[in-house]
Amino acid sequence: MAAHAHTVKRYRGLMDWLTTVDHKKIGILYLIAGGLFFIVGGLEAMMIRIQLMKPMNDFVGADTFNELLTMHGTTMIFLAAMPMLFALMNAVIPLQIGARDVAFPFLNSLGFWTFFAGGVLLNISWFAGNVPDAGWTSYVPLASPTYSSGHGVDYYLMGLQIAGIGTLLGGINFMATIINMRAPGMSFMRMPMFTWTIFITSALIVFAFPVLTVGLVALTFDRLFHANFFETGSGGNAVLWEHIFWVFGHPEVYILILPAFGIISEVVSTFARKRLFGYSSMVFATVLIAFLGFMVWAHHMFTTGLGPVANGLFSIATMLIAVPTGVKIFNWLFTLWGGSIRFTTANLFAIGFIPTFVMGGVTGVMLASAPADFQYHDSYFVVAHFHYVIVGGLIFGIFAGLHYWWPKMFGRMLNETLGKFTFWTFFIGFHLTFFVQHFLGLLGMPRRVWTYLPNQGFDTMNLISSVGAFLMGIGTIFFLVNVIASAAKKQKVADDPWEDGRSLEWSIPSPPPEYNFKQLPLVRSYDAWWNEKQKGNAEMPPAEPVGSIHMPSPSILPLVMSIGLFAAGLGFMYDHLIIAIAGLVVTFGCMFLRSVFDDHGFHIEPEEQEKGVHV
Amino acid sequence: MSAHEHADGHLPHEPEKATLEGRNKVLGFWLFLGAETVLFGTLFAAFIALRHQTLDGPTADHLFELPMVFAATMILLFSSLMSVFAVQAMHQNRVKAMIVWLIVTILLGLCFLGLEIYEFNTYVSEGHQFATSAFSSSFYTLVGFHGAHVAFGVLWIGLLIAQIFKKGLTVVTAPKIYVSAIYWHFIDVVWVFIFTVVYLMGKVG
Repeated sequence: MAAHAHTVKRYRGLMDWLTTVDHKKIGILYLIAGGLFFIVGGLEAMMIRIQLMKPMNDFVGADTFNELLTMHGTTMIFLAAMPMLFALMNAVIPLQIGARDVAFPFLNSLGFWTFFAGGVLLNISWFAGNVPDAGWTSYVPLASPTYSSGHGVDYYLMGLQIAGIGTLLGGINFMATIINMRAPGMSFMRMPMFTWTIFITSALIVFAFPVLTVGLVALTFDRLFHANFFETGSGGNAVLWEHIFWVFGHPEVYILILPAFGIISEVVSTFARKRLFGYSSMVFATVLIAFLGFMVWAHHMFTTGLGPVANGLFSIATMLIAVPTGVKIFNWLFTLWGGSIRFTTANLFAIGFIPTFVMGGVTGVMLASAPADFQYHDSYFVVAHFHYVIVGGLIFGIFAGLHYWWPKMFGRMLNETLGKFTFWTFFIGFHLTFFVQHFLGLLGMPRRVWTYLPNQGFDTMNLISSVGAFLMGIGTIFFLVNVIASAAKKQKVADDPWEDGRSLEWSIPSPPPEYNFKQLPLVRSYDAWWNEKQKGNAEMPPAEPVGSIHMPSPSILPLVMSIGLFAAGLGFMYDHLIIAIAGLVVTFGCMFLRSVFDDHGFHIEPEEQEKGVHV
Repeated sequence: MSAHEHADGHLPHEPEKATLEGRNKVLGFWLFLGAETVLFGTLFAAFIALRHQTLDGPTADHLFELPMVFAATMILLFSSLMSVFAVQAMHQNRVKAMIVWLIVTILLGLCFLGLEIYEFNTYVSEGHQFATSAFSSSFYTLVGFHGAHVAFGVLWIGLLIAQIFKKGLTVVTAPKIYVSAIYWHFIDVVWVFIFTVVYLMGKVG
């Protein structure tokens, strides 16, 4: 490899973070932004639970309550859960496949900044006084211009549209990365389980998000340009929105949960000190869940009136998903079986995940039965179900992943005692909050109501639920304290701090140097790093000699492009076409610059590599 | 892996796939087209669901004039063929021929756009406006999205021609040409579906 003396300006401090194209730093940015939105969405949830704590409460008004529940759902799914998954995949995937970066570092940065611009746009609606209030599903005609005349739903449409661009770019990027950038010897069936689930999740993103894009565009056109997609009076069709939303929305829930499955597989296998049981069946189950995930959207619409044939087919397809999911549950149990298990915080979250997720899965099968669903529909039973799978599944998974990979991301351990406080408060709080909601639903308490009359049998259980929510809040505070305490420590951890690491990320320093691998590793088996350790090797065998490493240059363009989109979104909403056009010109101008000026990148020479980590 | 080692004369056989960056770009673009397929698929679904909801506005049968739409179809198909020739010329390292074919490609693309603007203009004057009915909204959104893709393609390929003049054909520029050609074919395929689903099915009711 010829040595090119490209001099590249290397930024420091804030500018470094604004211009970085390094997947590890972008992962941290995703974590910070996703964590902030998680706190915002969590505070919204707390306000919902305070309002419902007692009958006829007047903590917030009915309108505010609608805004709170809309923003809580939208924020948690699009701006908290997905970014925190993107944080983990950015931080871990290139390391797990033995790559120096993702396939498109520039797009990676662009993906983060567009997500962030969209998230900020959605949330400034609180300050603009026009907050989305049509639910996270934004059903028409409730969200149509006739019944929602302010700018609230516009914020939802523009915010999600811009954030969605970022998600789609991330999906394409990680698919391409996993297909093209695996280290020599890393065949598909040697990939760690987390990499597999991210690969499948990325495919789901690529094929599901454009549907949302079209739905948002159509509703935007209805609201801003008097189009008639969903205007029944002008020949439009309100059920069309339900179809479009759920054709996207159902794969979306698998986009959320599959990565959690991957995290749990890694954590359980590491801390049981055993090879993951049934690896190939695990891969097959993941693919099957993703495939079936596209076939079941109408189970969200059983009461819409699609008829018994449609309901029957979608009912059966939905129940089928229980089969591959059950395969996964048993694989985790058999991985734990006979292992010498270490109950670290990460593993506690993983082990807590298994029964919790099974409960969410069982209510899922109950809901899949169309005739029964007519009873559960629009009641707290549904709320309990999806919080069991999303919080008890995904958020437990994210907590497990964060505790597990924290030393790799930051070079510092999280405190285990504080971690255990986090787990027990969060775990008990979670079940207190949502277990009783099953029964509230069965007793007939409808979702999305802002208050209820006393003496219907709702009072005590709502109080228990609210107490549980506070406990979850305390658990989150324990975690934040833990993060701050670990940041205060100046301790460097070992490459393989859990000592039982199995995949490639544990074979390199924590945190890794910006080029990750000084020499790309040669992968000789599944659980590559574990197997090298078993053979008595202290490091991975190299697949290439030490040499000059080519790196992409940092760039400010992704941030500028996102600001352009942000301005354009606001401009369209408030009918200031000049601002809208100016914003788009900025964005497309940046694309022009990116196309015209080639990024030659720069090289890190072997002498510099000896000096170690570049920060 | 360095992207500019071959700049002095000899290009490898398939310059678009000679570097890891190039291979990533081609693969990533195919994945992007997968997403675009779903995007247009959803637009088609919305159109098919709403295409009979014309209210008081003109119907598809009344509006569409097949000869002109057929001409537009042929123009776009030939434009796509021209981009095939451009990629063939690139593989034979005949840069001038490649530029000529690319210029013909975007000229035909501009002709198509001209016809489409004329067509939309006629429809509007016949009382088929964006807000007239659910049919009109979904029609203009589907066909307009396609038209916007053509317009973007024309600008993009135009910019690439300028880059070839400036930088020559290298392992950096070759993937861009190749990827823009895939894009152009994709736009063409979408149009074939629009021709069938929107125009032909509109004529037979």
